[in-house]
Amino acid sequence: MGVIPLGHYLTLAATLFTIGVFGIFLNRKNVIVILMSVELILLAVNINFVAFSVALGDLAGQVFAMFILTVAAAEAAIGLAIVVVYFRNRGSIEVEDINLMRG
Amino acid sequence: MPASLHLDLVPLLPELVLTVAALLLLVLGAARERVRAAGIVAPLTVLALLVAAALAGVLDRTPQTLLGGHFRFDAMAAFLKVLVFLGVAASLLLGSSYVEDERIDRFELPLLALFSALGMGLMVSAESLLGLYMALELQSLPLYVMAAFQRDQLRSTEAGLKYFVLGALASGMLLYGCSLIYGFTGTLSFTTLAQSFGPGSPAGVPTGAVVGLVFVIAGLAFKLAAVPFHMWTPDVYEGAPTSVTAFLAAAPKVAAVGLTLRLLMGPMADWVGQWQQVVALVALASMVLGALAGLVQTNIKRLMAYSGIANVGFALVGVAAGTREGVEAALVYVAIYLAMTLGAFGCILAMRRQGTYVERIDELAGLSTRQPLLAAALAIFMFSLAGIPPLAGFFGKYFVFFAAVKAGLVWLAIAGVLASVVAAYYYLRIVKLAYFDPPAEPFEPPSGPGLRLVTGLAAILVAGFVVLPGPLFDAAAGAAASLGPPAPTAPVR
Repeated sequence: MGVIPLGHYLTLAATLFTIGVFGIFLNRKNVIVILMSVELILLAVNINFVAFSVALGDLAGQVFAMFILTVAAAEAAIGLAIVVVYFRNRGSIEVEDINLMRG
Repeated sequence: MPASLHLDLVPLLPELVLTVAALLLLVLGAARERVRAAGIVAPLTVLALLVAAALAGVLDRTPQTLLGGHFRFDAMAAFLKVLVFLGVAASLLLGSSYVEDERIDRFELPLLALFSALGMGLMVSAESLLGLYMALELQSLPLYVMAAFQRDQLRSTEAGLKYFVLGALASGMLLYGCSLIYGFTGTLSFTTLAQSFGPGSPAGVPTGAVVGLVFVIAGLAFKLAAVPFHMWTPDVYEGAPTSVTAFLAAAPKVAAVGLTLRLLMGPMADWVGQWQQVVALVALASMVLGALAGLVQTNIKRLMAYSGIANVGFALVGVAAGTREGVEAALVYVAIYLAMTLGAFGCILAMRRQGTYVERIDELAGLSTRQPLLAAALAIFMFSLAGIPPLAGFFGKYFVFFAAVKAGLVWLAIAGVLASVVAAYYYLRIVKLAYFDPPAEPFEPPSGPGLRLVTGLAAILVAGFVVLPGPLFDAAAGAAASLGPPAPTAPVR
């Protein structure tokens, strides 16, 4: 059992990031899944930052990860609030139903 | 790091004024009852923004890094801060009667704008990837809420939802890019980046950092509403309350262009070969799509969305040039864009009939016979957006294309001229409707003094620019000169 090399962390992060992006674009079900995908993207970035930080022996990356966690919480709060007001008006949060304006 | 413990807060005064004002007004708004709070908070917000703009204008512009090297105050930051704060104040004044008529005159709306303005002020002085990200989020998060502010209207909440989802995705891409740049260069600081990878350094540009840079550009393109990341713009512009749309279209674009310039022309100035083609293609696609898609619009807010996409394309032509002239031209362009857009939205906010706001372009028919002043202002803004010579918009376009030609991007300048000819069709169609079509029912006279003041002022600025262009050019030249490899002081680490 040796040390896990940096490349493995980066691959994991890249995979999670890609899953997150596809989760947003290919998702046909509901908005909550989109919010989860956004979180997945942010956490993938965090893995990147922490792995790089350790590999470089530089703390700045871990500090950045803390800031990302904080912002992610604020973003999730705002996202959920908007989903709630949307649900009150539309009665549904299916992605297919978000179609009042074309585009 | 004792050096970075030394705090010089003077260059941060504009932001401090905004922060303190925002916190005090939050308490004031919460302490008062709902209806009366807005009447006090909104004018005080505008006042705070004007004070901040004045402070940013008079502060000493010697470049210096702040807050441990994460921010930087220089002539460029000062120039853009004045523009951004004035733009936010003007859009609040513009919307003051609209929010009353639409019953969204709650005190949170100006406060959200204030927090967003704070983010924009920090964006244009970001000097590290961390500063860039935090400022961008501080600017974006209030905007999502503002777009959904008419919370009992499906259209507004749908706009907020779409804006949020795509904005969050953009932040994610930008962050992923930041993590790659950090990992492959070992620093967050623009100053260190410029020193390690500047001219004469033995290290070439690491491939991983270039991939990261492309992700960051993609994220910024989302915030700028540049093609191919523009999909959210028309829906959000149409769905959001018109006063919020005016806000979205004006200052945030200026701040995002400023941030793009600061990133690409600061630490990445020597990587120009790596990003020039990407930015040039984004600029080209934005100009062409903005011009073509605008032709078939019937809703004036959607039209302004496509107009905004095309205008960002023009500003990016200046960025793509990658020279000091290019930066200067882009800065002049965004300043003129700010005045034109605020004025055009002033006219849109005056389209009110029997107590409801109308948004169809046909409703402008025969405006000149009923309201000659409003029609004249509208004509000035539309001619300027189309780029007809004596008006400000022409000079903005002229200088970005000139910079592009000088930098060897002749094809981009030619494509830009062609795109602006196509776009002229939809701007001139509005003038034709207003002046030569049989009159529809008249609009109610614009109710708010703020609306009349801002629209009138914007019209004077746009029409009178040709008389006194010197101050803007001088300021933009000073700002462009302050960019570039920063002085080696207190890097982040």
